[in-house]
Amino acid sequence: MSATVSGAASAAGLVNPRSTQVQRLTAENVTLGYDQRVIAENLSVEIPDNSFTVIVGPNACGKSTLLRALSRMLKPSAGRVLLDGQAIGSLPAKKVAKTLGLLPQSSIAPDGITVSDLVSRGRYPHQGLLRQWSQEDERIVHESMASTGVAELADRAVDELSGGQRQRVWIAMALAQQTPLLLLDEPTTYLDIQHQLDVLDLCAELHENQGRTLVAVLHDLNHAARYATHLIALRGGEVIAEGPPAEVVTAELVEKVFGLRCQVIDDPETGTPLVIPAARQARARTSA
Amino acid sequence: MTVPTKLRAGRPAGPRPLRIPGGISLRLERRALAVGLLLAVTALALAVVLIGTGDFQIAPADVVQTLLGNGTPANDFIVNDLRLPRVLVALLVGASLGMSGAVFQSVSRNPLGSPDLLGFGYGSAVGALVVIIVFKGGATEVALGALVGGLIAGLAVYLLAYKRGINGYRLVLVGIGASAMLVAVIQYLLTKAQLVEATRAMVWLTGSLAGRDWGQVWPLLAACAVLFPLVLGQGRALRMMEMGDDAAHALGVRVERTRLLLMVAGILLTTAASAAAGPISFVALAAPQLARRLTRSPGAGLLTAALMGAVLLMLSDWASQRAFGADQLPVGVVTGLVGGVYLLWLLVTERKAGRI
Repeated sequence: MSATVSGAASAAGLVNPRSTQVQRLTAENVTLGYDQRVIAENLSVEIPDNSFTVIVGPNACGKSTLLRALSRMLKPSAGRVLLDGQAIGSLPAKKVAKTLGLLPQSSIAPDGITVSDLVSRGRYPHQGLLRQWSQEDERIVHESMASTGVAELADRAVDELSGGQRQRVWIAMALAQQTPLLLLDEPTTYLDIQHQLDVLDLCAELHENQGRTLVAVLHDLNHAARYATHLIALRGGEVIAEGPPAEVVTAELVEKVFGLRCQVIDDPETGTPLVIPAARQARARTSA
Repeated sequence: MTVPTKLRAGRPAGPRPLRIPGGISLRLERRALAVGLLLAVTALALAVVLIGTGDFQIAPADVVQTLLGNGTPANDFIVNDLRLPRVLVALLVGASLGMSGAVFQSVSRNPLGSPDLLGFGYGSAVGALVVIIVFKGGATEVALGALVGGLIAGLAVYLLAYKRGINGYRLVLVGIGASAMLVAVIQYLLTKAQLVEATRAMVWLTGSLAGRDWGQVWPLLAACAVLFPLVLGQGRALRMMEMGDDAAHALGVRVERTRLLLMVAGILLTTAASAAAGPISFVALAAPQLARRLTRSPGAGLLTAALMGAVLLMLSDWASQRAFGADQLPVGVVTGLVGGVYLLWLLVTERKAGRI
């Protein structure tokens, strides 16, 4: 499928000059904003296939907005988001939902819903009025719960679970959707450090073992550097740098993107870049 | 029910599937199914009892015989010409209110987001009162006025609450504001009315099933025949929307379109019910919540809510006829009384749960 699509895309002159191959999910010169407020202008982003892409940047840099646009939640006022070479807004909603999943920042677990019931709702785009609960649905829901480690909780009510467990359940629901592309909007927010790493480990497993393309918005730069295979650094709605964390995360770039003086050393555990903010006195001197 | 699911280790619990060769599979929640069947049987039984109730009592067995066409001419007249249309109006009005209540509570994600409190009922009342008091119109014109008034109020509330989509709280707040203004208009119209019209207006405002005939049944039945399947067809999408707009969107639900469709259908159901029987209060508020507590399933059981609405309204009608005699007390008074108690209970429990 991708071969024919990329062929058609290059014929139409849609290939981004920066890469030789058209990726499945791209944003082309998009202008994003809410009402009159423009958050990003003329922004172009490519999500490399089979990558674990992490979008980082300071508050209000437009990273969640970009994710909303990539997941067709927000319609760009100019430019377009392409999924497999076609404008995402023009594709049927259920068709997109079979290719592209999203874990939103805020979801509501209906009162008293059980884990298995919630996870099974991820099958919605694959179902219809007469095909509501096939054997395949049941198998995939079971697999999704197993791979996120919530199978033992299947009969428990979601509101009784801890924050970390609940996030795993939501991820299981997104997995049950069985999409090759999965977007996660700040999946570690409100979790303690143990559960943050837990969720990121899970993402890394999904990326490595199941070959899914993952795109996550993260706040913690060190987590991003550890887990991402591709990093996109945003500031003020512009891409400041992108590439593998080892190339992108430098003291210069961190200062440019976050306005933070720091050292970048090798993470003694993983060898990935580790950002150490400068001491208070040193930072005070620079900002003065 | 929980024991066997615990024993089936490693298999997802929840609904039992009904699978038919050829790729058809239906998702059945046993408890919801059982409750639905029970409510349907109760509704039918109540209908038979209600047809037999009145100044001239008829035994349930005779009612059934008469309905099947084997009755005496006298019974035939009382059952088929006088009481059957009235009971059918009760059944359809109750079901419409129950279903539209479930739709609005689910769309607004708020148990108080029922059409009662969102101002559509008052919109219908203003429409009906304008016809009664200003134009001195007959029953058909009044029903038409109620329909138009309800639709205008519904549309206005939707548009005022719309800001990059519909948000539950904004919908409820706008609805309460609209209700307050419409009540003021109703009061104004009543002060301007002559005594005869004012009496008619008050009777209409209470909501009554008295004297309903086939003329009310057919339009209501037509509305239900179109709107019930439409709403039920959106039921699965509505379940997804309970998890938040973003989650539903991610699952491929066209959120705004589904919501608009459901709200228009809900407004039409409410106003059709008001046009037939006046603004019957609290059925739309209470039925979905009671149905949910019986099925113990999350979210709006649209069909169980509709059946519960029909049962509630017929039960109220039967109670008012038993306690006060046929057509002495309009059914709206009973539903108002029962509903008021229910609303207080709801507020107390919601408050204990920390939701308000």
